Amino acid sequence: MTIPLANGSFVRRHLLTCEELSAGEINALLDLADKAADGNRQIIKKRDVLRGRTLINLFFEASTRTQSSFELAGKRLGADVMNMNVSTSSVSKGETLIDTAMTLNAMRPDILVVRHHAAGAVELLAQKVDCCVINAGDGAHQHPTQALLDALTIRRAKGRIAGLTVAICGDIMHSRVARSNINVLNTMGARVRIVAPSTLLPPEAHRLGAEPFTDMMKGLDDVDIVMMLRLQKERMQGSYVPSTREYFHFFGLDHEKLARAKPDALIMHPGPMNRGVEIASTIADHSRSVIRDQVEMGVAVRMAVLEAMARQLPNH
Amino acid sequence: MRKNGSNPNEQATAFLNARLVDPASGKDEPGGLLVKGGVIADLGGHLRRNAPEGAKVVDGKGHVLCPGLVDMQVFTGEPGQEHRETLKTASHAAAAGGVTTIVVMPDTEPVIDQVALVDFIQRRARDNAVVNVHVMAAVTRGLKGQDMTELGLLQRAGAIAFTNGKTSVGNTRVMRNVLLYAKDFGALIAHHTEDPHLTDGTVMNAGEVATRLGLPGVHKAAETIVLERDVRLVEITGGRYHAATLSCAESLAVIRAAKARKLPVTCGVSVNHLTLNENDIAAYRTFFRLKPPLRSEDDRTAMVRGLAAGDIDVIVSSHDPQDTDVKRHPFAEAADGAIGLETLLAAALRLYHNREIGLMPLLRAMTINPARLLGLPSGRLEKGAPADLILVDLGQPWVVDKAQLKARSKNSPFDESKMQGRVLTTMVAGNTVYQYAGGERS
Repeated sequence: MTIPLANGSFVRRHLLTCEELSAGEINALLDLADKAADGNRQIIKKRDVLRGRTLINLFFEASTRTQSSFELAGKRLGADVMNMNVSTSSVSKGETLIDTAMTLNAMRPDILVVRHHAAGAVELLAQKVDCCVINAGDGAHQHPTQALLDALTIRRAKGRIAGLTVAICGDIMHSRVARSNINVLNTMGARVRIVAPSTLLPPEAHRLGAEPFTDMMKGLDDVDIVMMLRLQKERMQGSYVPSTREYFHFFGLDHEKLARAKPDALIMHPGPMNRGVEIASTIADHSRSVIRDQVEMGVAVRMAVLEAMARQLPNH
Repeated sequence: MRKNGSNPNEQATAFLNARLVDPASGKDEPGGLLVKGGVIADLGGHLRRNAPEGAKVVDGKGHVLCPGLVDMQVFTGEPGQEHRETLKTASHAAAAGGVTTIVVMPDTEPVIDQVALVDFIQRRARDNAVVNVHVMAAVTRGLKGQDMTELGLLQRAGAIAFTNGKTSVGNTRVMRNVLLYAKDFGALIAHHTEDPHLTDGTVMNAGEVATRLGLPGVHKAAETIVLERDVRLVEITGGRYHAATLSCAESLAVIRAAKARKLPVTCGVSVNHLTLNENDIAAYRTFFRLKPPLRSEDDRTAMVRGLAAGDIDVIVSSHDPQDTDVKRHPFAEAADGAIGLETLLAAALRLYHNREIGLMPLLRAMTINPARLLGLPSGRLEKGAPADLILVDLGQPWVVDKAQLKARSKNSPFDESKMQGRVLTTMVAGNTVYQYAGGERS
């Protein structure tokens, strides 16, 4: 892995985790993404930064928005984009992850965007291929572009990230979004809280730089950002949480709980939302909700990451 | 749910010439006590002889006046098995035994595992019961030990604690998550401790008696194994844990170690395990078939010592009404359980009369300790506390006669037993709900 420059341009071959990203690198990516966001609002959205390059979306786990977001980002930069949903193909035929990687490597792609259900799988794959690898989510480990798009959304709405208090609420235990966000937000100087029932709080989370709360009312006191996470249905039937009804009562974002946050607090959600489970329907459509902005910034951030990586590619 | 106190404008009641015994403060002194508006308005030596004007006077005749008992493990048949016991009959049995607060278990049909059912019990108790009735709700759905119930919402609805009834949660992961989740609400988990696999198919304690009788016995390690596991889980989760009814010396060692490590662990014992042992089963007497089973005499004496030492926090009756349809069977095919509300105090007083334990530690385990554990305002003699009181003649001899018991089922292991110590008056929230009429054998 390349050593990032002190002035903060992003010079890495892969984007696998947010743990090591410096504030300079993050700012450089967000600056690029800002420009991409502006470009995406023009009639002609297409550029040729990745002309002639091949981007493969390799998704071992079903995804709609992340995959389409990467696909669009690649196409807007002029790359040839191929989507592979491996959940339905060779894996079911027994091929190992490394064999799949070697096979794809032989097709000589320039950038691989990978999502896998196992933590660490994307990094393992990155060790075996010659191209750039972007982690689009590995188990409960990391989802770097999500944290970057969240940071961009916050920066554009609030003008800064440093000094803000962000409450990440919900299934922290199983969330790669939470882990990446804790890393990025801490690096950028925000204060991070995590709010969940004890059954969904990972042990020693405070060591990652997040203050845990099991009482959501207290956890939302005076925060600038309320970031809700999705709770998977199978985790709300008695194993971690007794029921959706109880979860919504104590940990769903409703007007009463939101009132504890600052009056201008933003509401975020990485999607897809379970209305009435982790977020009241009227809150999702609230004027302070930036949930749709997050989707827009998703494309911009992914373009920025691809563009930064294109600069590292041979023969650039 | 507490019974409502009487109207504050109603006539006050003054107990004069009583021996005030308050396990909360440790005070044991002659005096009097004034009840007004459902609460203790005043108490002390200055009320020993003189009642305020207009108060109804009760002469204590030097007998013990102490807080009514709090029994945190009572099974009833309501809903679903009303022929065994209803909240109403259980409450009358309680009143006659000096028990002013009962905590009913969720082992009913249906199981009390939903908010609406907690509400049902509370409404039925409000309308029919003469003592305070609180609900201990199921901690897993249907008491099956798999899926957690809505602990937060159940607690808001009035569930005072949570339990898996007469069974242990066998799945360690479920138990871990339950303790972890309950911690967020400060909820108490009162757990039955018997390894379900070791216990399966057994009917009594393993040992010489079981071997002679040819009955399948369970080793007491079945209890200690679950208890040790649970203590480890408390250590990693911080959840409040109460071992509901322990029965052997080894378990007390585990409790002592846990308490020494300042873990939020408490434990209880049924009065049966303090006063009976496996030899009482004698010729296959099914009223002595209990859960956990009666153990050896060494274990019984260890339990009494543990109580005196404060290792054991709570004594319960473990009142479990079973009809003849399930008790009149060969021992191995009969149901577990014995009634105990009306004999709880008298049976416990055996230990006092035998000089096995002092009166104060004995009463503490049936009043202030369970009250504190459950966050109840009762169980103490102090100004402003609920007037849940009993007047007890410690010396009065009597013989238990099942025909006179108020419980609907008559499966008492103390039937025909000689007792010493009788409840004369039971008061709940300032209302007299039981008055001893005499007339039984002595």
